[in-house]
Amino acid sequence: MILVFVAGLCYSCVTDNDDNGYVATPFTLEVPQVFAERILPPVIPEDNPLTVEGIALGKKLFFDPSLSADGTQACADCHRPENAFSDARQFSIGIDGSVGTRNSMPLFNMAWNYNEEFFWDGRAQSLEEQIFEPVTNPIEMKNTWPNVENTLRASDTYPALFEQAFGTTTIDSVRVSRAIAQFLRTLVSANSKFDRFLLGQEELTPSEENGLAVFLDESRGDCFHCHGLPANPLWTDNIFHNNGLDETFSDRGRGGFTGDPREFGWFKSGSLRNLAYTAPYMHDGRFTTLDEVIDHYSEGLVFSETIDPLMKKVAEGGVQLSDQDKADLKAFLLSLSDPSFINNPNFQQ
Amino acid sequence: MKKIVLLIALTLAVTACKKDDNGGNVINEVTVDLIFSHDWDGSAITNADFDQIQYTNAHGEELSISKLVYLISDVTFTNTAGDKFDAGDFNLINVRNNSNLTFTPGIEIPEGDYTVTFTFGFDDEDNIDQAYPELNSADGGWNVPAPLGGGYHYMRLEGKYIDSNSDEVGYQYHTIRANDMSTNPVTLQDTSFEVNLGQVTIGSNTTIEVKMNVAEWFKNPNLWDLNVLFSTLMPNFDAQIMMSENGMTVFSRGAVTQQ
Ligand code: HEC
Ligand code: HEC
Repeated sequence: MILVFVAGLCYSCVTDNDDNGYVATPFTLEVPQVFAERILPPVIPEDNPLTVEGIALGKKLFFDPSLSADGTQACADCHRPENAFSDARQFSIGIDGSVGTRNSMPLFNMAWNYNEEFFWDGRAQSLEEQIFEPVTNPIEMKNTWPNVENTLRASDTYPALFEQAFGTTTIDSVRVSRAIAQFLRTLVSANSKFDRFLLGQEELTPSEENGLAVFLDESRGDCFHCHGLPANPLWTDNIFHNNGLDETFSDRGRGGFTGDPREFGWFKSGSLRNLAYTAPYMHDGRFTTLDEVIDHYSEGLVFSETIDPLMKKVAEGGVQLSDQDKADLKAFLLSLSDPSFINNPNFQQ
Repeated sequence: MKKIVLLIALTLAVTACKKDDNGGNVINEVTVDLIFSHDWDGSAITNADFDQIQYTNAHGEELSISKLVYLISDVTFTNTAGDKFDAGDFNLINVRNNSNLTFTPGIEIPEGDYTVTFTFGFDDEDNIDQAYPELNSADGGWNVPAPLGGGYHYMRLEGKYIDSNSDEVGYQYHTIRANDMSTNPVTLQDTSFEVNLGQVTIGSNTTIEVKMNVAEWFKNPNLWDLNVLFSTLMPNFDAQIMMSENGMTVFSRGAVTQQ
């Protein structure tokens, strides 16, 4: 009886793919062991299950500049594989030369963002929704959806690829966003030195070990209350905070989206994975090195009303880490970077 | 979400089977809802009250609350014959986000009179390091770091208070299992405690309100001086014992409704 029930549920998920009963080849996202042993399964929406054909189409679209108004800019131009899908420039530049005000975000492990709040301020409630933004954003790809649809319909290859992915040659914005979202969900990073340490396959150096101790110590780094710990190897809470960067806000962050003054200056805690590739740091890319980031938390904190209570000794600028602790903290942070992620052939154009 | 739906479906399926086994027996087995409400000495705390310096603790510090998240576990129904019914599950309540303010323990019990108890936090039996994926995934990891003995937080109460220089300073009132890192291995002491809500008549649709008076955390028996005890309380063995003692008067039973 239970079995029938479960089978029924699964069946309905698969056929939910599109309204025409066509089923592409289901793809099972491999959950890395460090995640499977600790945290909840990834979030895959029922109306957009992963399929081999959908992912392939999404990848092609992600790297294709024809999504932009003048055919010059792809998602990948601001989200580069070698930068863990972030942008080495402080601010990305749109097709017409417009310069944004926020640093691009790295893209990985997004299927484990359980709250499904995307962007620095969390204004997109799903990956599918998020994708609608850059395409039409006037300082990014500056396109219109009818134009995107026409471009793709007129191409030699896309109608067939949409048919394989969704069982229809009808190309629309919803299917474009679904395909790209599928590809983004396959961007999994879980093979850093620290991951292998968790699996018992590698040892930490004494410096990395002390760095972890600083990270976990309430009287020193106390980073774990926002950035995770070995039990939560995403290395982010995916929650919004003010971490003491500014006294006044030119960018209100989360508060700009919600309108709640208590949330002015809140931004999403970035994951600490892959920092070796994602400089510059913070929502506005103000810090070019990890040393600057660590100095910020150690002695650069400034007070504003919405600063998080976890930021300590703000009046003195922070907890004043010793040079040794700073160096070790940095060594530990770098052990969270995953070269196999940026070199994964499945994620290259 | 899909998982939750599946769980509900499974629960329904299991329930249906159970009733079949009983061959239509009339003993009504029911679930019970707990509703968690929060106040500061009687004035209700809702989302709008967060981040406002509007409270004064018993010691005299003015303060705000910006975070109030806590764990309860092992809701137990003990009938008049002394039989215990306990699903052994837990609930993580986030007051600011209004999440999990209603909790239905995953157990069905026959209608009747019960003494209702629960554990604040996890007792040592349940406080197993990294054992619960749901908690490892919550709030960036609801865990206590290994050097402090591992396991899980019981509560994260945070906010700002006005210190003796009239500055706004963050406080982090985090309760966990008391630990002393100066010994090897770490000395641990279970600081979770049982809350007794007294006797309640459980009918087909009973809801029990559980009230938390946040002011009590700072009051009784240990008058809490935030100027001294505002930060780095996790590795402070004595502070953890004192927080646990203060916690014993924090909870009380509110309204019981049968509708
Ligand atoms: C011109 C540069 C640029 C282009 C082109 C661009 N992005 Fe972005 N992306 C950004 C910036 C900047 C942010 C952060 C914006 C913010 O928070 O307001 C961002 C954020 C994101 C995020 C949020 C990640 C998270 O964890 O919250 C996703 C997902 C994303 N982009 C995907 C895409 C996709 C897919 C495309 C192509 C359809 C794309 N981007 C095109 C610059 C760009
Ligand atoms: C109160 C929560 C909180 C704590 C505690 C905290 N951080 Fe952060 N962290 C954030 C937030 C929020 C951001 C993003 C801020 C922004 O961009 O404006 C961030 C950003 C970062 C970044 C940049 C990430 C990127 O991709 O740009 C690094 C690196 C970092 N934190 C390291 C640390 C370290 C190391 C510690 C401990 C010394 C720490 N954090 C403690 C909340 C926190």
